[in-house]
Amino acid sequence: MTRYVMVADLRRCVGCQTCTAACKEGNATPPGVQWRRVLDIERGTYPDVQRVFLPVGCQHCDDPPCMEVCPTTATRQRADGIVTIDETLCIGCSYCIMACPYDARSLTGAAAYAFGNEPIVSEAQRGTRPAGLATKCDFCAARIDAGVARGLVPGRDPAASPLCVNACISGALSFGDRDDAEGPVARLLAENRWFRLHEEEGTGPGFYYLWDREAP
Amino acid sequence: MSGTRGGRRQRQWDLRAAGNFIGGGSGAGLLLAAALEGITGGTFRLTLALGLLLIGAGLGLVWLEIGRPWRALNVFFHPRTSWMTREGIMALLLFPLGLAAVATGSAALAAAAALAGLAFLGCQAGILHAARAIPAWRKPELVALIVAGGLAEGTGLALVVAESARWPVLLALAAGAAREVAWRRYRVALGRDGRTAPALAAFTAGPARLARLGQVASLVLLAVGAALPPAFGPMGPVLAGVGGVLAFLGGAAIKAVLVTRAGYTGKLTLPAVPVRGGGGPARQAAAR
Repeated sequence: MTRYVMVADLRRCVGCQTCTAACKEGNATPPGVQWRRVLDIERGTYPDVQRVFLPVGCQHCDDPPCMEVCPTTATRQRADGIVTIDETLCIGCSYCIMACPYDARSLTGAAAYAFGNEPIVSEAQRGTRPAGLATKCDFCAARIDAGVARGLVPGRDPAASPLCVNACISGALSFGDRDDAEGPVARLLAENRWFRLHEEEGTGPGFYYLWDREAP
Repeated sequence: MSGTRGGRRQRQWDLRAAGNFIGGGSGAGLLLAAALEGITGGTFRLTLALGLLLIGAGLGLVWLEIGRPWRALNVFFHPRTSWMTREGIMALLLFPLGLAAVATGSAALAAAAALAGLAFLGCQAGILHAARAIPAWRKPELVALIVAGGLAEGTGLALVVAESARWPVLLALAAGAAREVAWRRYRVALGRDGRTAPALAAFTAGPARLARLGQVASLVLLAVGAALPPAFGPMGPVLAGVGGVLAFLGGAAIKAVLVTRAGYTGKLTLPAVPVRGGGGPARQAAAR
């Protein structure tokens, strides 16, 4: 079985938001909608303060709360674990947004552009996303599928990997098949200590955060 | 070691969504009152029609809120797990039954419509309870509050249109009392959970306090209205009627607060924070 997951090494992330920009550019999300975000979290009290950069987005859960509540079956889970939205079915009721503990979903509004009422050249080239629909990260599923069809390996070959992973300047983001024991993602998870967000909800997120090495 | 980030107030569902819970709940209560009127031999058509109207208005408000209203029929595609689909199916059931009861005056059809209405109300409670992102909506006590609240609002409103009799007042009083118990249990549950502090704050703010005052006042008026002997003339029914309207208004306002102001997502808690460097202070702190 293949289970695609994302791994974010919190020791490496510098909060540069390059992943954010790459996602926005590649997926043509409108202003106000961001599939990949990096939260800047401050912890502690001066002078004992720590700053954590936390890449977030759809966690592609094993048991997605969004899929459970969706009245239209627009939200689905592929066999490889990727959670998708069928834009031809979604009615934009926002119930999935209410149900997602990760704040990963948005509703697209009317067509909007970054600078004024007219699209700039790059926006005109990439088009706009349809309005009135739920939207979220899909791990660049189309890239993955196209890459796999060409015999490429997601997570190893950039042409078959999510845009945010390709763009990451510090190698903090990794992607791949968790069930491939020899793959980079499985190795990272085996050699490091990690956690997932909102484990108490029982959603089984497909997004892991590394924070320390396993003791030798 | 851990880091946290506070919850965020959902702004996706506004008063239009709240209107569905208000109309659906009070509509279901009206359907129940109408069915009981039918069973006891009274006239129930106006009560039933008002119930259907409120449920329809609530659904209409939701229709205005969704991003793609012309695809609304897709809402019926996921009955296996989605309470929203189940709510839609129950609406499909209750409207033909209710309209047929209004048209024919059949008490049996009115009773069937009331049962569908109760199921519809249960689905509405399920909608909120299934939203895993919002701790204040996840409380099991909320399900009882939504059901009891709907019945209190509907049976209260029924006093305005129903025939003057004593049992509808007692029914509204009982439903109001049940709502009061459910409310207190819900408040206690919110108080026990640190994640729901922002929701609790929304319920202690001015608008919610006013709504609660209305609910308590409605109970008093209903009790006085039920207790006054016929010698007092129309005073009893009038007081009960005012109490019924207050029961509806108070419940509607609380639902508006619940949907639009108390829907905070859970706090983001990091069970660990990164350990940077090979042996500096961060590593030492982690070791401690």
